[in-house]
Amino acid sequence: MTFEEQITHNKRASLLLIFIFVLLVTFLGFLFGYAISGTPEGGFFGIIAASFLAIIFSTIVFWAGKDMIMGVSGAHKVDRRFNAQLSNIVEEMAIAGGTPVPEIYVIEDSAPNAFATGRNPQRSAIAVTTGLLDKLNRDELTGVIGHEMSHIRNYDIRYMLLIGILVGVVALMCDFVLRYSWRGGFALGRGRGRGAGSLQLVLLLLALVLAILAPLFAIILQFAVSRRREYLADAASVELTRNPEGLARALEKIANDREPLEAANRATQHLYIINPIKGLRQYERSSIFDTHPPIRERVRRLRSM
Amino acid sequence: MGTQTMVIIAAVVVVLLLILYFIALYNGLVRKRNTVRNSWSQIDVQLKRRYDLIPNLVEVCKGYMKHEREVLENVIKARTQAINVTGGAAEHAKAENYLTQTLRSLFAVAENYPNLKANENMLALQEELTSTENRISYARQHYNDNVLSLNNKIEIFPSNVVANMFGFNKEEFFELEETAERLAPKVSFT
Repeated sequence: MTFEEQITHNKRASLLLIFIFVLLVTFLGFLFGYAISGTPEGGFFGIIAASFLAIIFSTIVFWAGKDMIMGVSGAHKVDRRFNAQLSNIVEEMAIAGGTPVPEIYVIEDSAPNAFATGRNPQRSAIAVTTGLLDKLNRDELTGVIGHEMSHIRNYDIRYMLLIGILVGVVALMCDFVLRYSWRGGFALGRGRGRGAGSLQLVLLLLALVLAILAPLFAIILQFAVSRRREYLADAASVELTRNPEGLARALEKIANDREPLEAANRATQHLYIINPIKGLRQYERSSIFDTHPPIRERVRRLRSM
Repeated sequence: MGTQTMVIIAAVVVVLLLILYFIALYNGLVRKRNTVRNSWSQIDVQLKRRYDLIPNLVEVCKGYMKHEREVLENVIKARTQAINVTGGAAEHAKAENYLTQTLRSLFAVAENYPNLKANENMLALQEELTSTENRISYARQHYNDNVLSLNNKIEIFPSNVVANMFGFNKEEFFELEETAERLAPKVSFT
């Protein structure tokens, strides 16, 4: 597939996943509300409650700024005096994409890696490790920077934040329902609501099963979206550089580097270009819990452009 | 409320929505056209950057390449020519490519002067020139991307209706016309 086709395909696939997510949240809201109150009106109230939760979460999460992430990762801000080539490459990618130039941060670590952060292109930043600067040539570095800037351009950081919020809402709702059922509060099972009988019981059972399984399903969905957006960033990087080989070689080099990135942890692993804590196994294998697609597949898709 | 009133209200709402949609289409076209114009002028910004770098380069080289006057002079002449070009994109492209070629000759000759190659100013200049060539290339690429986007909107239904109504014209791609010009690809001076 050409990079244009891959971009379209990835965008559609992630939209579909988001749609499934929203459906899931709405359905759970309705089901839980119905189960607790025994009435369809209660179901609609459940949906409203879910939306309300989502809005509150969003407001809280969106206040957290990029400074927090940079601090946690041990990155410090640099300007053109630090490394003219790095600053040049970032500006070149900004020209190719027609976006503002992000701030540049550097992490002192010999493990090569990079990440991008920022809710919109106007307030964004890219961090690279000194290891990345040492080990990649200009074309490879351009590919990596192109990938990171594509995350910014496609609002991936905001996208994944929203997904995280949806996951949190699902988890909270399910938790609430399970506690509520423990205390025996379901109106549905007691025939207090309209229409008693086996349908009620089935719905009640469904609500309980989903309350247990839905959080897991939500997390799997979250990882699926994350992988999809990584493929998208790869293709969008080629849209900027028109040079798939640069990024392909960079990915191979980074994957083969055996050093662990000390500043990375579970909370920030999804932000990097290659998952920094999963190690060499991620070249071939893929699991539904991976934030990033297997590198062999990423390289294959790049070389087929 | 009678059925007739409701039908009228529904019709009015539909018409209003259609109008809003067409306004959105029009605004989208305007934005794309302005983006195209802006990205065209951005190309000039990057070209100017190259013009500004060259005198520095010539100065640094002069000190080391005392017997290569012709090569240096060609670069200076090509630069002046490129700055003074009038005419359309094709003329500009020709002059720019000639300038690129003289620069390449300069760097090829510079290979014979190891002291010059190791000079820090020279290294910095090489990086800057590589970056400038890339920037020019990316600016042109971005311009073409924007032209494609605008032209698509102008041709595709339903925005083509609005485009025709308000006289939006397709823009031209920035293209290198002759094969000779095409043979001057991305330059790497390192």
